[in-house]
Amino acid sequence: MSPPARRDSVEKLEKLIAALKAKGIITEEELAERQAQTDRASPETGARMVARAWLDPEWRALLLRDGTAAAEAMGVSMAGAPPLGVLEDTPQRHHLIVCTLCSCYPRAVLGYPPHWYKSFAYRSRAVRDPRGVLAEWGTVLPEGVEIRVVDSTADYRWMVLPMRPAGTEGWTEDQLAAIVTRDVLVGVALPKVPTAAAA
Amino acid sequence: MPDFAPGTRVRVKDDWPERRGPCHIRTPHYLRGRTGTVHRVLGHFPNPEDLAFARPAPKRTLYHVLFEQPPIWNEGRPGDEILVEIFEHWLEPADAAKEAA
Amino acid sequence: MGGATRFRCTPVERDEEPPDAFGKRVDALRQLLAQKKLMTVDELRRGIESIPEEEYLTLTYYERWLCSITTLMLEKGVVSAEELR
Repeated sequence: MSPPARRDSVEKLEKLIAALKAKGIITEEELAERQAQTDRASPETGARMVARAWLDPEWRALLLRDGTAAAEAMGVSMAGAPPLGVLEDTPQRHHLIVCTLCSCYPRAVLGYPPHWYKSFAYRSRAVRDPRGVLAEWGTVLPEGVEIRVVDSTADYRWMVLPMRPAGTEGWTEDQLAAIVTRDVLVGVALPKVPTAAAA
Repeated sequence: MPDFAPGTRVRVKDDWPERRGPCHIRTPHYLRGRTGTVHRVLGHFPNPEDLAFARPAPKRTLYHVLFEQPPIWNEGRPGDEILVEIFEHWLEPADAAKEAA
Repeated sequence: MGGATRFRCTPVERDEEPPDAFGKRVDALRQLLAQKKLMTVDELRRGIESIPEEEYLTLTYYERWLCSITTLMLEKGVVSAEELR
């Protein structure tokens, strides 16, 4: 578990904020609004983008051609945000996203990155032992599927467009979106069709 | 600076500016000196090495470059790859003669 | 960090907790300062990279951000050391 912030860190933060406020550089309202905006971003957006792509070939083409425009079409303001790239899984290739240099992550459509994504273990191992990393999630790729690890080193932020699993014929967009988790969008997991029939 | 078309074999410069002084480099250590293939041109963006020090940052071409994964650490599954964003000034044409040697 | 041998066998700790209140506030502050053109994400990264290794390893993720942001604001004269005492 990531340790909580030490009290002296919290104090240092508040001193910095107070100094910035005193000079009229920022206000508490601006800070609160920015935090609220960031809190609203969620992997449900990415999930819906994928579900829609599984149902609509034109949307799929847009998503792959211009992820930023697709995000805008989902109601996400991408003004000032890094461009979004979407990586298409195929029967021969599965993608895994990492930022070995820091923690670049498609926050606009996935929300805050999880702690593990930012960890030294993930950042160092994803490029060197991607199958070992996937195994920690219980993810085993079918025979013959290659891994393409995408290291986010510059201006783009990346998410995965996984293959639509078998057993989802006739599903609605909502049902499809529900099996596209944050872990699926990063590439450490594959979408799972529940085997037991839900009550 | 020459443009690299998709499919071009390129070599990441085996350069280590970190040894010469303060800098901010977004080309991973594990790729320095390695050869890959240009996958596509991603666009033109201000050089992060300059932005990091609030210097004027000229736009540079950003490439998506594909590398074979197993040779880098001598482990992994054949066919596995790493795809990385690399700026033009870190790339040079792969020397076919050197590669064959 | 990519491929670093010392982490080759380190399991990925599956911490799913969202950032705590401190982290979210640091995050919002960084975004605000960037929006006001007082710093860039590249400067943030450079600041984090220049934290001495000993200190770096003792700091949490968002504590490193705060360290870098503070250094940048001092470096640029946006705030003074006295104002932060």
